[in-house]
Amino acid sequence: MSKNGYESALNGVTAVRGVRGAMVVAGGDGLVVAESLMEGIKGAAVAALAASLATRLGRAMEAGGVGGGVFWHLQAERGALLVVPARSGMLIVAIAEPGVNAGLVRLELLKAAEGVA
Amino acid sequence: MTARAVESWTLEPLTTFVQEAGVRLVLLMTPAGQVLAQSGFARAVDVMSAAALGAAIFASTTEMARQLGEPPFAGLAHHGEKHGIFLSSVSTDRGPVVVLAVYDLAATSLGLVQLFFDQLAADLRGASPKGSEQKQVLAADFERELTNSLNSLFGR
Repeated sequence: MSKNGYESALNGVTAVRGVRGAMVVAGGDGLVVAESLMEGIKGAAVAALAASLATRLGRAMEAGGVGGGVFWHLQAERGALLVVPARSGMLIVAIAEPGVNAGLVRLELLKAAEGVA
Repeated sequence: MTARAVESWTLEPLTTFVQEAGVRLVLLMTPAGQVLAQSGFARAVDVMSAAALGAAIFASTTEMARQLGEPPFAGLAHHGEKHGIFLSSVSTDRGPVVVLAVYDLAATSLGLVQLFFDQLAADLRGASPKGSEQKQVLAADFERELTNSLNSLFGR
């Protein structure tokens, strides 16, 4: 898949009202593969930290015997981070405002994950 | 993990980098291979080997970039089975500092190492003594300088 292909997979996610940006991140490396972000969001930092968190959460879930994660939603004071891992090991990450429709974002993240699998 | 420095201004930025990035081994050196600080190395001979190899890689990639008409590469990453290697340099008032970091892939990632390397670069630039370009070591003095550095790093 080309970089444009990865970027177009993010279109559905960024079209959701309240989403400030979305990225495809290489899960193992924590490097940005494709991004569509509003100005001021530090993509490389979010990618590295989200991938690290996803790796650790994944290990905790495996250790807990509940299998691999399919969706993470981290709610903060001024926004939220939503992550869906794709089968290929990529992570689809969305950065959103606090009041975003998380269900809709999750749906679009899952669609994007299918697109990059 | 103990960090030791020949140049004391490098110690705090190095310690922070090791903690934040979760790297296993770090070497700060000049492009000529003079060691400024290290973290994680247990033996002087390993520091000597890593410094010599790191300086050689840095010199060869810099020359490759020059022959391509490019500025020196911003960084070089090697992804192994269990470990990754990251090599880059920082311009400071004391001259360029080459950073060699080895990290465990199960503990951290290239993205995190690069992220905290940017912080290390800023910290080193901020901490470097102003107006004091490091003197070049002559080949004749290199072995003595190296021995002195290793003695400082390993407390002999």
